[in-house]
Amino acid sequence: MSSPAILRHPEDSMPATAIAETGPEPVATPPSFGTLALRWYRLNRSGLRAIAIGITSLLAFLLVWHLLTTYRVVFFVRFTNVPSPLAVYASFIKAIHDPKFLMHIVLSCRRILVGFSLAAIIGVPLGLVMGRFKLVHEVIFPVAEVLRPIPAIAWVPMAIMLWPTNEQSIVYITFLGSFFPILVNTLHGMTLVDPVLVRAAQCLGARERSIFREVYFPASLPHIFTGLTVGMGVAWVSLIAAEMISGQYGIGYFTWEAYSLVQYADIALGMIAIGVLGLGSSLLIRGAGQLVMPWRAK
Amino acid sequence: MSEIPAKAPQGHIEVRSFSLSYDSIEGPVQAVTDTQIHVKPGEFVSIVGPSGCGKSTLLNAVAGFLKPTTGIVTVDGERVSGPSAERGMVFQQYSLFPWKTVRENVEFGLKMRGMPRSQRERAARTLLGLAGLEAFEKHYPEKLSGGMKQRVGIVRALATGPKVLLLDEPFGALDAQTRVIMQQILTNMWQRLKISVLFVTHDIDEAIFLSDRVYCMTARPGSIKAEIPIPLERPRQQSMMMSSEFLALRRGLMSLIREESLKAMGGEINDLGMRGLNIELHGQSLAEVL
Ligand SMILES: Nc1ncnc2c1ncn2[C@@H]1O[C@H](COP(=O)(O)OP(=O)(O)O)[C@@H](O)[C@H]1O
Ligand SMILES: [Mg+2]
Repeated sequence: MSSPAILRHPEDSMPATAIAETGPEPVATPPSFGTLALRWYRLNRSGLRAIAIGITSLLAFLLVWHLLTTYRVVFFVRFTNVPSPLAVYASFIKAIHDPKFLMHIVLSCRRILVGFSLAAIIGVPLGLVMGRFKLVHEVIFPVAEVLRPIPAIAWVPMAIMLWPTNEQSIVYITFLGSFFPILVNTLHGMTLVDPVLVRAAQCLGARERSIFREVYFPASLPHIFTGLTVGMGVAWVSLIAAEMISGQYGIGYFTWEAYSLVQYADIALGMIAIGVLGLGSSLLIRGAGQLVMPWRAK
Repeated sequence: MSEIPAKAPQGHIEVRSFSLSYDSIEGPVQAVTDTQIHVKPGEFVSIVGPSGCGKSTLLNAVAGFLKPTTGIVTVDGERVSGPSAERGMVFQQYSLFPWKTVRENVEFGLKMRGMPRSQRERAARTLLGLAGLEAFEKHYPEKLSGGMKQRVGIVRALATGPKVLLLDEPFGALDAQTRVIMQQILTNMWQRLKISVLFVTHDIDEAIFLSDRVYCMTARPGSIKAEIPIPLERPRQQSMMMSSEFLALRRGLMSLIREESLKAMGGEINDLGMRGLNIELHGQSLAEVL
């Protein structure tokens, strides 16, 4: 009548709650390294494929660039004076030993750091307060809406008049570029906060200040970080434009100066440097976002 | 259990001459009218009624989120004027803070009260242990099943030791199996804490199984249609749901609710301009016409 223990279903001995609930369970025994490596490969197969294809396509891009410039193709677009990848590489090697080039980069980064940080320090709290207090919103929103569509570059002449030094006006332009995306996204995040979460906090004894800190702020964080990412992109656009127009230093100025001095390889070098810096800063923001919002990690 | 001090039964809810209307573009919407209910200290009371009859409205007024248009809500003789940690609330949508771990969610009320970190961590662990959730204290809510989320919701609401616990269709989104387990857990906690419970549901079996008393509401504008004491002995077993006593209560409540649901539907049909069809609002005939 009684079945041998080995045939018993393992669930027979589990408490009722464990059967009904399925949740993350700790793994029992650690698998061997080989199994792990194989599993890792299976799980990441599509990711690895994307990386392989990505590298191939970048190499293809370099090859096409090389061919177009080596044979000086003229077909609507003129590649006659465009530097080849090898020429750009040569000027890159020269540049990294040139303190002046490094100074251009450091100065641009400093301007981004100051302008963007100011935009974040002012934009995020302002957006939070505008989202919470109707009066602040009603007072500030119309002004913001009128100023927002003006591209930061259009501010260049005004900025030069407003600020005593060139450096300050460039930082100001950078600030303006990133300020509005940060403000608008923060505000948007505030409007999407689930009112039930606010109620939940209230009947756990939370007062206005705590609700702001414990509910509104963390609930808006994903949108704040969207704003920071977009703001960082616009900050670089605005910075480069400002440097090209009114700078004496900076990677935007370097690129423009290269054209005036007929240093064609340096034009491409400047462009690539701008691209890499832009990419790096948006990766930094993404990393910060993952640190600040661990609950959103996969 | 030692973390929660035993206290004299408290949490006498009284709702008197209560009515509440919402403002809308088409004018005021009378959601609840002329309602009296009460929950004695330590009592478990349910409210059932057709959907849209004003159950949530009534519960939210007891919680302090809504102000009555007329009438008064008191707990232990004190007028309710806003939300407070004295009245814990559990929501159908769980409404856990996604950015807090399970334990941080449970700690929230204690943190608001200014309890030092180490002390509230200990209290939260004890409570999570009672609900069988100690293994998940570091998880974020998103990773949990619905049943686990709602257990956290209940534990979070109880952590501050409220006088009353208000629940708005807390198990409505759970599957039947999980629901039964949750009912058991809730009953256990209620009996250990000797807390008053006001429980809103549209599930008649659930209301009978859990409650000492059930209020049945009319269709909108909601008011109390009937008050049914549930004399089933405790502790209640799942097997009681087959007893003739249970089934008789169930039949009674079922017919009350059906009447009101049909009224509610009849209202909609009339609104649609189908009055001319001359539908008789008695169960069978309506079902056949539809
Ligand atoms: N904010 C609101 N504005 C206008 N009418 C509302 C509002 N909230 C609820 N109602 C109406 O009040 C009635 C009662 O709603 P509710 O209390 O949520 O019912 P229940 O919880 O019983 O389903 C419903 O008919 C609903 O349409
Ligand atoms: Mg409801």
